[in-house]
Amino acid sequence: MNQKYLIPLTTVFLLFLIAYTGVQGAGLQVFFGIVFPYLAVIAFLGGFVYKVFGWASSAVPFRIPTTCGQQKSLPWIKQNCIDNPDTPGKVFLRMLLEIFLFRSLFRNTKAAFNRNESNKLAYSWEIFLWLGALAFHYSLLVVILRHLRFFTAPVPACLTWLEYFDGIIQLGLPGIFISGIVLLAATLFLLARRIFDTKVSYISQAADYFPLFLIIAIATSGIFMRYFTKVDVIGIKTFTMGLVTFSPVIPQGVGGLFYAHIFMVSVLFIYFPLSKLMHMGGVMLSPTRNMANNTRAKRHVNPWNYDVKTHTYEEYEDHFRDKMIEAGLPVDKKE
Amino acid sequence: MKKNYIIAGLAIFVIIVLSPFWFNMVTTPMAAPKPELLGKAATTKKCVLDKYDMRANHMSLLDTWRDSVVRSSDRKYTAANGHSFNMSLSTGENSCLGCHEDKAKFCDSCHTYASVTPYCWECHTNPKEIQ
Repeated sequence: MNQKYLIPLTTVFLLFLIAYTGVQGAGLQVFFGIVFPYLAVIAFLGGFVYKVFGWASSAVPFRIPTTCGQQKSLPWIKQNCIDNPDTPGKVFLRMLLEIFLFRSLFRNTKAAFNRNESNKLAYSWEIFLWLGALAFHYSLLVVILRHLRFFTAPVPACLTWLEYFDGIIQLGLPGIFISGIVLLAATLFLLARRIFDTKVSYISQAADYFPLFLIIAIATSGIFMRYFTKVDVIGIKTFTMGLVTFSPVIPQGVGGLFYAHIFMVSVLFIYFPLSKLMHMGGVMLSPTRNMANNTRAKRHVNPWNYDVKTHTYEEYEDHFRDKMIEAGLPVDKKE
Repeated sequence: MKKNYIIAGLAIFVIIVLSPFWFNMVTTPMAAPKPELLGKAATTKKCVLDKYDMRANHMSLLDTWRDSVVRSSDRKYTAANGHSFNMSLSTGENSCLGCHEDKAKFCDSCHTYASVTPYCWECHTNPKEIQ
């Protein structure tokens, strides 16, 4: 057992219990359902904006794109436009593919000893982190977009289409949404990777496990409400619509599980700007990706450069001319 | 990256995150449907499940009914309150729509509000529509 994942796991259990017992035992629906979610939205946006402003006002003195292909060169040498962009347009394409398809993760490799007698260290292509990450991020996106049905009435057609395609296998009643299952499976896979792959486990910290456990708990509680314990959806939609129209009401008969779900989502939102989850904003600002590699074509001056007081040879000679002539040293100007 | 671009991107992000709030300001949100008992249901006052359970759980009940009728031709359902019902959505006096006569009020108003499109009506028909 490892404290690096036991502490986050315990924290998530406690968060769940705080909200569940707070509502079931102490009747704190107003706090967990109304006060805390509003605070979470403010903390999320405030923290996010603060973080990005901090990054935006940091100097990026050097042109340091990481490149993985042929640079723009002589006309008969083919340039790798995506992996070594030299214009803003190509950088945009590179960023787009990075953000939507995680190309740099696709190149992930692993080091392992061969299992045969030679026992040599070998590097191989490791695609499963990329697959898991892609499945996780896209299913989370779909799940978040689907939840907008609780915040809009009437629900826009694009959301009903999304629901239609997400529930296209029409299994059971209420019908299974593929995104929810994929989200839980992908987070469990990413967790298993951190725990069972010894090399990843060695570099994993509590801050890596906590968001995973939190998202697993959120997804599980959501799945439980939808498929197993069941909740009054109309009551909940009245509640969520109340939140977004600033006239919140507490629904009758909705139990602690729902408030635990809301509370854990709120905690995730508050935790977001404080943590590595800020890669959502940070990926746009990564200097090694969002710069064009045009250092040979264009001169980039370090913005940190200040006017350094220099002492040129001419000035030196003016200073010491008499002494230099006296010592018999050659000088450029005699007088 | 230029600072202005970053701030523009940040502004777009904030607008997107706050979309549930401003969307309901620019549009008029639909009011939540108020459940009411109409016609025969108002006088009979007995149902297959109690009130909260009915709101939360009716779809699972219909799902078990479907399996029971289609696979074991068992059409009799005895509720927790002792009354027995015909396991049917739309056929006969003792079915769901036999008692809750107005499908638009009993089914559609909440389903539309919650953006649920059950596929019940791909096979079943509203008895009112046939007449």
